[in-house]
Amino acid sequence: MGVVELRGLRKEFGEVKAVNGVDLSIQKGELVVILGPSGCGKTTLMRMVAGLELPTDGEVLIGDRNVTALPPRARDIAMVFQSYALYPHMTVFDNIAFPLKARKAPKEEMAQKVEWAAGILGIQRLLARKPRQLSGGERQRVALARALVKEPAVMLLDEPLSNLDAKLRVSARDELQQFQRNLGITTIFVTHDQIEAMGLGDRIAVMNAGKVRQVGDPQEIYDDPADTFVATFLGSPPMNLLERNGHLLGFRPESFLPLEVARGDREKVTFPFHLGRVENLGSDRLLYGTVEGAERNRTISKLPSTVEVSVEAGETYDFAVCRADLRYFDKESGLRKEPPPREGG
Amino acid sequence: MAETAERTATRKPSEMFPARELSSGAFLADREGLLGILFLAPAVLYIIGLVGIPFFLAIAFSLSDATIGDASLDIVGFRNFSRVIQTPQFRRALFDSFFFTIVAQFIVIVLANILAVVMSRDFRGKWLARTLIILPWATPISLGTIGWKWILDSKFSPIDWVLQQVGLLGGPDALLGPGRHLTYLGVEGLAVSSVILVHVWRILPLATVILMAGLTSIPRDILEQAQVDGAKFWRIHFQVSIPMILPIMSIALLFGLIFTFTDMVVTFILTRGGPVYYTQVLPLWAWFKGIDGGNLGEGAAIALFMFPVLLATAILILRSARRMEVT
Amino acid sequence: MQAIMPRLKRAGHYLIVAAFCFFTAAPFLIMIVNTFKQDADLYRPQNNPFIYNVPPTLDNLRLLFEGTNYLGFVRNSLFVGVLVVLITLVVAVPAAYALARLAGSWGERAGIAIFLVYLVPPTLLFIPLFRVVTAFGLNDSVWSLVLVYPTISIPFSTWLLMGFFKSIPRDLEEAAMVDGFSRLMAFFKVVMPLSLSGVIAVTVFTFTLTLHEFVYAMTFISSSDSRPLSVGVPIELVRGDVFYWQSLLAAAVIVAIPVGIVYNMFLDRLVAGFTMGAVKG
Repeated sequence: MGVVELRGLRKEFGEVKAVNGVDLSIQKGELVVILGPSGCGKTTLMRMVAGLELPTDGEVLIGDRNVTALPPRARDIAMVFQSYALYPHMTVFDNIAFPLKARKAPKEEMAQKVEWAAGILGIQRLLARKPRQLSGGERQRVALARALVKEPAVMLLDEPLSNLDAKLRVSARDELQQFQRNLGITTIFVTHDQIEAMGLGDRIAVMNAGKVRQVGDPQEIYDDPADTFVATFLGSPPMNLLERNGHLLGFRPESFLPLEVARGDREKVTFPFHLGRVENLGSDRLLYGTVEGAERNRTISKLPSTVEVSVEAGETYDFAVCRADLRYFDKESGLRKEPPPREGG
Repeated sequence: MAETAERTATRKPSEMFPARELSSGAFLADREGLLGILFLAPAVLYIIGLVGIPFFLAIAFSLSDATIGDASLDIVGFRNFSRVIQTPQFRRALFDSFFFTIVAQFIVIVLANILAVVMSRDFRGKWLARTLIILPWATPISLGTIGWKWILDSKFSPIDWVLQQVGLLGGPDALLGPGRHLTYLGVEGLAVSSVILVHVWRILPLATVILMAGLTSIPRDILEQAQVDGAKFWRIHFQVSIPMILPIMSIALLFGLIFTFTDMVVTFILTRGGPVYYTQVLPLWAWFKGIDGGNLGEGAAIALFMFPVLLATAILILRSARRMEVT
Repeated sequence: MQAIMPRLKRAGHYLIVAAFCFFTAAPFLIMIVNTFKQDADLYRPQNNPFIYNVPPTLDNLRLLFEGTNYLGFVRNSLFVGVLVVLITLVVAVPAAYALARLAGSWGERAGIAIFLVYLVPPTLLFIPLFRVVTAFGLNDSVWSLVLVYPTISIPFSTWLLMGFFKSIPRDLEEAAMVDGFSRLMAFFKVVMPLSLSGVIAVTVFTFTLTLHEFVYAMTFISSSDSRPLSVGVPIELVRGDVFYWQSLLAAAVIVAIPVGIVYNMFLDRLVAGFTMGAVKG
């Protein structure tokens, strides 16, 4: 059984069903990313794990203990807020020591542990400062250190990177992963950023409209989306969805290549692709166009710059996708389904 | 047997590890609903007991013939109200209450705007200036008004003395007349002006403090943007600062209006409603009738005339404050 | 030319400040001068009222401190003021927090309702409260004022503090709860220290109200021993038609100057309190 078990978790705010039946099991030492667009219920879900929100229905188990009705302090968790929520009236030292004070730890232990946590995050020299004297990145480290000193069973991170600027975010992501791997802390990480999710997560749970749509490791989620939502939420640009011959089929833009470069002996399906516009991104070229003879036919192809094929907007070319890269979805429900036995390509 | 084993395996963990119930008392301090009620109860009880009930008691008094000597509540209907309304004192008191309040608050808002801007800057001697400006607020109103009563005295007024020295008063062809004194509190127009003056004097510090709070809350970048756009100081003040502090200005105005409208101290000390009853106001007259004259019923009736006015003013201002909220 | 403009501006600025200071402080100047004036000096209309035409005297202060219960009034005012501030804080702080955080959507409306209570003035309530105070047997006692004054200060204080608490990010309390404190302790450990300006603003405001209050004190108390400053001074130093002017004015200025200085020290906090409480709340 996992360190964290969520069972049939639901939360309603009046009429709004913020979280609508979530089951999830998180293993020891694992980093699980909860990914979804804003308003999908991911933060509410995390707040229920933290105990800041009481579920309308369902159960939360942490370390084999049913904590559904317990307040946050009785749950053995730590949390890093999106805003970091550093106490502005305390020094960095006092901020980090705050959870230990709550536990009435002896002074010596307190100093030792703060030193240890600050050492791991490299912020020893900031201990005497007040939060307002810190940069965004430093604040994030203080917040992490504060979570760390508790040595919690689970660490909850609510979009901890979204307040950093783009460059810092990449390095912070890297450090965060190192830190989590080294210490082996079970971690739940909430984000709306798919790159963060793909880069960090041991597993990703994709949420939409209060439900978990799919749980799996990043590659699985990317390659085998469980439904059209997951297919189009992940990937940049997202998976192409085409309706043809009564089937809804999807394929990644990078699998959609001119026939002549789609080498190899794997079985291919060919589409006549009418090219509308070309966007050169340096490392890639994005080709926007439509597939002729299909409904819902707006399609994008992503060509690595290593592919030297000259294409002109306004022309029609033959493009191909390996049959193995084609995904089929149910037209009504959007759910993934088995490929039909015979599909004319 | 196999069935039992299976059932054990699929037993909910909550059954194996029952959560501690909140009602056990361990987590009382975490229950928001309970805390909310406990936190709010003293204030609500206090207000119901010492404002709510007395308020209805005031209504009951106003409908009765209670006096200080005989406080039993014999309901006499609206007799107190009709008797009160028919007196010329009432009409004068009603008019004066409005007139003093509106004129005084208009002047206060204008002056406080200027003063708040001036005091928001840094200058040498600011600390002293601030102390001097805050003084009227630091003095009990009754004692401050006594100071003014001396200044406006009919015989020994220092103002009169200055006017005499500069030849504006007391000479055969002096501008303000040949008499040696203006008797500020003995002539209708001057008495009315005097009361308004004292009200302005005592409200100004608080209004200024509130407006200063408003000015400091304006984000610096907005003011800098206006400067970059080339606006001059007063233009910035009228077109940027004032619209942004309108909500808090309306709060300052609300305080001023209430303090002035419901005040009986200034008139009590300064004029006792005189000369004749030309500076009579509702609260003072209610006090004279109700406590001094012992007629609790009529006193309560007079005081109650203030309430609808206060309520209307407050709702109006709070509403417009919300509408004016820029951010 | 360019050097003159800023100087002119600065002179104008000082001129405006001086004019206002004169308006607000002139009565106190006269109070100070008159405190030491002999009757023979004061009551001659042709004498310059701003200087001592006859040598100054301490007789007026002697009358104030020895001939009247002035120190008793000061003590009563302080006693009532301190107690009322404490009661107000104990009642209004939790109430404001409950309305800002613990109550749901009705918190806002309840807050406005409480503010409206503030509009029911002493001059409307003194008649029924006279009966209430009599019922409690508190006539003629400073405790009647301790009981009644919070009705003026609690509504306003609750409203101001509510705005204050709302301006503190909710995350901070939640972080404290995650860090191991109860809902209640999160309030004491995190919210209260951050609300110091609000508490100071409320304290100053409440103390001012008690110091100024006149109507209740006048109505409930008829013995000299229990009177606060606001009514004690005018009643004891106006005997019949005789005004003991110098002592009256001395009584006023002796209160005003220390209180004014204390207020000035807290003014920045007070402004901050109003900014957070009334502007942003």
